[in-house]
Amino acid sequence: MNLTLRIWRQADASADGEMRTYQVSGISPDMSFLEMLDTLNETLTERGEEPVAFDHDCREGICGACGMVINGRAHGPERTTTCQLHMRHFSDGDTIDVEPWRAAAFPVVRDLVVDRGAFDRVIGAGGYITAPTGSAPEAHATAVPKPAADTAFSHAECIGCGACVAACPNGSAMLFTSAKVNHLNVLPQGAPERESRVLGMVEQMDAESFGGCTLTGECATACPKGIPLSSIAAMNREYLRAATRKRGA
Amino acid sequence: MPGTVPTFTTMATATRTPTPAPPDAGPRPRRGPLRTLWGSTIGKKAVMAVSGLIMLAYLLVHMFANLKVFFGPEEMNGYAHWLRTLGEPLLRHEWFLWIARFVLLAAVVLHGVSAYQLSRRDIAARPVGYRHRRRGGSYATRTMRWGGVIIALFVVWHVLDLTTGTVNPRGQAGHPYENIVAGFRTWYANVIYIVAMLAVGLHIRHGFWSAAQTLGVTRPGAVRLLRGGATALALVITAGFLSVPLGVMTGVVD
Ligand code: HEM
Ligand code: SF4
Ligand code: FES
Repeated sequence: MNLTLRIWRQADASADGEMRTYQVSGISPDMSFLEMLDTLNETLTERGEEPVAFDHDCREGICGACGMVINGRAHGPERTTTCQLHMRHFSDGDTIDVEPWRAAAFPVVRDLVVDRGAFDRVIGAGGYITAPTGSAPEAHATAVPKPAADTAFSHAECIGCGACVAACPNGSAMLFTSAKVNHLNVLPQGAPERESRVLGMVEQMDAESFGGCTLTGECATACPKGIPLSSIAAMNREYLRAATRKRGA
Repeated sequence: MPGTVPTFTTMATATRTPTPAPPDAGPRPRRGPLRTLWGSTIGKKAVMAVSGLIMLAYLLVHMFANLKVFFGPEEMNGYAHWLRTLGEPLLRHEWFLWIARFVLLAAVVLHGVSAYQLSRRDIAARPVGYRHRRRGGSYATRTMRWGGVIIALFVVWHVLDLTTGTVNPRGQAGHPYENIVAGFRTWYANVIYIVAMLAVGLHIRHGFWSAAQTLGVTRPGAVRLLRGGATALALVITAGFLSVPLGVMTGVVD
């Protein structure tokens, strides 16, 4: 396949960026999108040009590093991560636009790489349980009802990729935060910090210049892990419950 | 919760080393529930949802009351008079009306201020757009802000038209029926009214369902019901309100 790529190039956080056009040839439909970019970078390096910087790590859809907006969609036309997106979803001769995640809370570091540190700080504000580590606890010490385990597990699938923020017209992190809050708040292990978790994480989320939710549903459409829009409603309920409860216990 | 967090005595020795708490851990400064809510995006949205639902309940009653215009001047004007005596003798003359006006004004102000503040924040959170543009969300979702502004302007015009009578061609206090008919005989009143009611319908279609999400309705059955309910509510309210100018235009109401 031969393709025309229009890629956002930006030397560093403070530089002005621009879309630049490149041609790539010899792309196999079995390549992943990242392998296609690797191919481009090889030719750029051979020509003595600066390769396109993009984030990636696992290349198997579990680390969440490889975010980029392809033809206006977070992670491209399929509901998956960019590393798991194959070139067979494109046609020979296509022109493809590639841009970084756009959100005030995710500043561009270089080219397609953004700083998703805001997510780490949201997690730091309550996305954990306080329990002594060490030897594994007895497996039956805490009974977890099956529906709670299932709900927790499906929310734990969130890989923190940031596609939800990138897709949201308000740059809102509600889907990510709700996945993390619901994951722990439905479990008995998460119960002791149920209120402080949701209050703390939402407070941090608001402090990170993410926007608010207007329920456009763009986040859930973009999420490669299928976190549903109803997670946001569930977090809203947890938040309103925690904020209006008498604290002090 | 029974047996969730093991106590220190059951801990392995190796993990007993005290670790300093990370700077952002520990109890946060306590604020009252109202300040917490007003200070957060979720809380402010909840204020919007509750104030929106108060206005929606009012609109529903208002729309049904307007249909009295089809039963002639006595019925309409009698109803308007009754509204002023409602609650007597517990309340004094027109007190009910003033209480309702105060509640509605509070709802409009809270709703508008929240909408403005949240919208400013949302716009600032996406300072750079994508070069490859793509339309997202339904039409109703995309028009919430401009639709809201249209509705706000309409409310001002509407009060000047039929409450104070300032911009009404007749504007005679105590004679709403005659004022309505005189108003809708002008082309501009019809245009303003029809545009505003279409905006109200769209606003309710997204807003009603949205308010349910904001207030934490999660059961799939309930969410589906509310989504359908939002469309039904939007259609009933818009059609009900529009029937009045259509009635005057076609001469059914005269
Ligand atoms: C007839 C009067 C009005 C009614 C019945 C109404 C109703 C509602 C409801 C129920 C919501 C949903 C809240 C939520 O998402 O949780 C909403 C949202 C909203 N309203 Fe209103 N509203 C009215 C007037 C206005 C006015 C005057 C404005 C303009 C300042 C406005 C602007 C908005 C905005 C921007 C939203 C957020 C939309 C979103 O979720 O994207 N509304 N409205
Ligand atoms: S909710 Fe989905 S889109 Fe958002 S960070 Fe998690 S996995 Fe990515
Ligand atoms: S590189 Fe890890 S998810 Fe794509």
